[in-house]
Amino acid sequence: MPFGEIISILLEGALVTLKIVALALPLAAVMAFGFGMLRLYAPKPIKYLAIIYIEFFRGTSALIQLYWIYFVLPFFGFSFDAMTAGVVALGLNIGAYGTEVVRGAMASVPKGQYEAAVALNFSSTQRLWRILMPQALVNMIPPFGNLAIELVKATSLVSLITIADLTYRAKALADMTLQVTEIFAVVLVLYFLFAQVLAIGFRVLEKKLSRGLGRGGLGQ
Amino acid sequence: MSQPLIEFQGVEKRFGDTVIFKDFNFSVEDGEIVSIIGPSGSGKSTLLRILMTLEGIEGGVVNVAGEPLWHKRTANGLVPADNKHLHRMRHHLGMVFQHFNLFPHMSVKRNITEAPMRVQGKTKAEAEAIADELLELVGMSDKADMYPNELSGGQKQRVGIARALAMQPSILLLDEITSALDPELVDEVLDVIRNLAKKHSFTMLLVTHEMYFAREISDRVCFFDQGAIVEEGEPEQIFTAPKETRTQAFLNAYMSQ
Ligand SMILES: Nc1ncnc2c1ncn2[C@@H]1O[C@H](COP(=O)(O)OP(=O)(O)OP(=O)(O)O)[C@@H](O)[C@H]1O
Ligand SMILES: [Mg+2]
Repeated sequence: MPFGEIISILLEGALVTLKIVALALPLAAVMAFGFGMLRLYAPKPIKYLAIIYIEFFRGTSALIQLYWIYFVLPFFGFSFDAMTAGVVALGLNIGAYGTEVVRGAMASVPKGQYEAAVALNFSSTQRLWRILMPQALVNMIPPFGNLAIELVKATSLVSLITIADLTYRAKALADMTLQVTEIFAVVLVLYFLFAQVLAIGFRVLEKKLSRGLGRGGLGQ
Repeated sequence: MSQPLIEFQGVEKRFGDTVIFKDFNFSVEDGEIVSIIGPSGSGKSTLLRILMTLEGIEGGVVNVAGEPLWHKRTANGLVPADNKHLHRMRHHLGMVFQHFNLFPHMSVKRNITEAPMRVQGKTKAEAEAIADELLELVGMSDKADMYPNELSGGQKQRVGIARALAMQPSILLLDEITSALDPELVDEVLDVIRNLAKKHSFTMLLVTHEMYFAREISDRVCFFDQGAIVEEGEPEQIFTAPKETRTQAFLNAYMSQ
């Protein structure tokens, strides 16, 4: 098969991969923030629910989670199309790791910041959203960037539930044409490019958010 | 006789099994400037932190402006304060911290305007007018748009003072506000406090290791040891003729440093 044709088929797959990333990333962010904050601040019973979610999704394999959502849940009356199952499984999985990022970043804000906020009589909501969160957010960006790259790499799992993403098409093309080296070289480069773009994006974001919080910062 | 502005009555404070205050009594009159000196671990910071509602108490009552700080009056007597009560009581108090605790993600000006706007509901223009005036007072007008990590320690602390004053507290709590500073920066911060003290428009409670400064500005000096006031009196008396042997020992050790 001509190289141009291989490229165009792979790029179509790449678009599917990007679509999954684009949908799963916001889901992961919502889960990370939501459950991260519940884990930190919710009353006991809800906090335990959050811990169960986090530990369950971190403690089992992403592939098995995907299989459960796609193959097993239909037996309990919940069926999803492959795309939804893939996005949900990856979003929940990466989101569970993200909760720890949120928790660590909140904990890394010095105690004096909380105390100053109390002394200035900010309400507990204001303390959280205006004082602690903006500082924690900057600390979250680099580990969130790593998780986003993890997500890109993990999307290849969806090829196993019939989604024609980049990995799926590469495998199919390789089986058909036997041009294994060219095909997987292109695949490697594409995944690498996605990861680099994300890494650069997160670095720019970090720069933007961090005025005043740079080296030797923290108002101390 | 008028009621003291701050009154500790039989206060007990513990950290786990460690007793910091037991049956602790202490009061400060309106407009009074009181310095607290004493060895490390004697409970000086804890006293200020109880007043700033950063530490609760295990027994007794603390009154501020005639109202219990950590309790609420009800028909059935005093009950532990809720957040709403603490929020209301904090209006009386402002605090300047040893390590400044400026908000690093806000400019100098926003550090000062944020609480008046968000907590007291002042408009941006009102809050900025207050900030401009206070920045002038602490000699930081030209640094309004800088961020805390772009300032020297002395400058940070002057912003810390302005930030506390912006909430117009009647009681200002100062906990070793110069002890994190390089020696050459101490005076620029103390000068700000000197000027405030001259006006006598606040009640000030300061913990300090700068003895000459305590002597110069205080109406009263209290020597603390092991969670108790061992000796208190006019600065001249405490520093030139301490009666208690523990005060003498502490001051001698300090002088010979
Ligand atoms: N959060 C806490 N948990 C346990 N113990 C504490 C806590 N805060 C203070 N303490 C203890 O309480 C005692 C009084 O502390 P405090 O900070 O009030 O002393 P201080 O007089 O301000 O000392 P320094 O001059 O060193 O600042 C000390 O023994 C200290 O170890
Ligand atoms: Mg102290």
